[in-house]
Amino acid sequence: MNDSPLIDISDVTHAYKTEAGPLPVLRDLTIRAAEGTFTAVVGPSGCGKSTLTRLVAGLMIPDEGEVRLHGELVKSPRKTVGMAFQNPVLLEWRTIMDNVLLPLEIVGTKLNRAEQRDRAMELLTLVGLDGFEDKRPSELSGGMRQRASLCRSIVHRPEVLILDEPFGALDNFTREDLWQTMHDLRKAETFTCVLITHDLRESLFLGDQVVVLSGRPATVQYVMDVTLGPDRVLDDLYTPESAENLHILRDQIKIAQGRDVA
Amino acid sequence: MTAIRKAGIPLLAILIFALFWEWLVWFNAWPNYKMASPSDLGPAFWKFRWLFLEYGWDTLWRTVVGLLLAILVGIGIGVIMGFSRTMREALYPLLVGFNAIPKATVVPVIALLFVGQHDFNTVLMAFMISFFPIAVSVSIGLSTLEPEYRDILRALGASRWQIFTKIALPKTLPEFFGALKVSVTLAFIGTNLMEIVEPHGRGLGHLFDSGKISADYPLMFAVLIALAVLGIALYYIVVMLEQTFAGWAERAET
Repeated sequence: MNDSPLIDISDVTHAYKTEAGPLPVLRDLTIRAAEGTFTAVVGPSGCGKSTLTRLVAGLMIPDEGEVRLHGELVKSPRKTVGMAFQNPVLLEWRTIMDNVLLPLEIVGTKLNRAEQRDRAMELLTLVGLDGFEDKRPSELSGGMRQRASLCRSIVHRPEVLILDEPFGALDNFTREDLWQTMHDLRKAETFTCVLITHDLRESLFLGDQVVVLSGRPATVQYVMDVTLGPDRVLDDLYTPESAENLHILRDQIKIAQGRDVA
Repeated sequence: MTAIRKAGIPLLAILIFALFWEWLVWFNAWPNYKMASPSDLGPAFWKFRWLFLEYGWDTLWRTVVGLLLAILVGIGIGVIMGFSRTMREALYPLLVGFNAIPKATVVPVIALLFVGQHDFNTVLMAFMISFFPIAVSVSIGLSTLEPEYRDILRALGASRWQIFTKIALPKTLPEFFGALKVSVTLAFIGTNLMEIVEPHGRGLGHLFDSGKISADYPLMFAVLIALAVLGIALYYIVVMLEQTFAGWAERAET
């Protein structure tokens, strides 16, 4: 294979057209992520983080610059991408099993019906939802819905997984449980992940690199390489080194917000 | 026990209502050319039993056909308005204005326009009065689809048709059935408006009019009861369809 990064966002500039004229959201943004890595993107509210996910997913084309996956220019949505949002957007009329199977109905698969179910069951078991496959989303708690949403986002074995604040609406304990689930999924599956988050601890606990975006129009302001290994546990967040890193990230966010660093 | 309870409570309520009605007529000593009592209804039904069957069928099929048309056209307009903002802005005032016209005033217009075409006129009126709630609910259901739902499928390269059939359509079903319950009642009103007004017509509305002309109050009340029974039957058919196709939207009892 080649050495090019799996996700290659180079010099992307983008503006939304509004009635008051163009509203620049991204400026000369460059992010690269190697295959199998986990990139956490943090930044002030409204800085254009979600725009970034839509560009990577091929739902939008940037005004300038380019987004490449595996060296191929992204011009439209591709079947090798999976997405999950803060809102789990499960289809209420389907069972959990049928929700997880949804992407396979769209992208097409060589698996027969039984194999598809096996694949979904494998993921549901991994995230602790075995026994809930025949329930409807309304019968599940918020954390469980988000687990099901994660299963759906990777059931078709996407190369790229885009997570747009998927744990943002959960309570703290549930969120920490899901961080662990995310690590379990990474060990079992192969994907390159971009996570958008507001939570600095989350970015440090899940990311291999943490990218801090500046305020709008967003550009990369700071990149931190995370030294924690793949077998990290929650306690690793409470070491002096992690405390120092969190401090650095917090200062970077303040700079991004245009506030003075104390 | 629960089955007895489920059927028993409404039946008991109907019985109490009938008894109260009977008592009211007896207490006021109303003659039955002023107000019929429930005990007058049986003989009225029996006397005109064949007409009730024949005309009841007329009213029923006209209402159902009008309603089916309303569903087809209502969904069509709803889909167009739900997906195109321009069409929504263009059609909405027209629809609201059309709906605002009291349909009783349209009846003579149509009766003159297509004179003698009883079936066609009646179906047309049932359709015209009942498609509006369906069109509005479908368009609102489609236009308020959260963008994330669309993105989940679009990011996988789904076509517009796939997004429509897999997400937009099923997600709109609860709103659709809510509107259909309103429309089913409206369609009955439309059918009867036309049947009552049109001379030499058929249907329960016509039977009601005959009762009025011959001052046969028991017959008029019997027609009202027959209409109510048909209305209840159609309404609960819609409820059954709703439970089959959109039962997921009902919250589990807690």
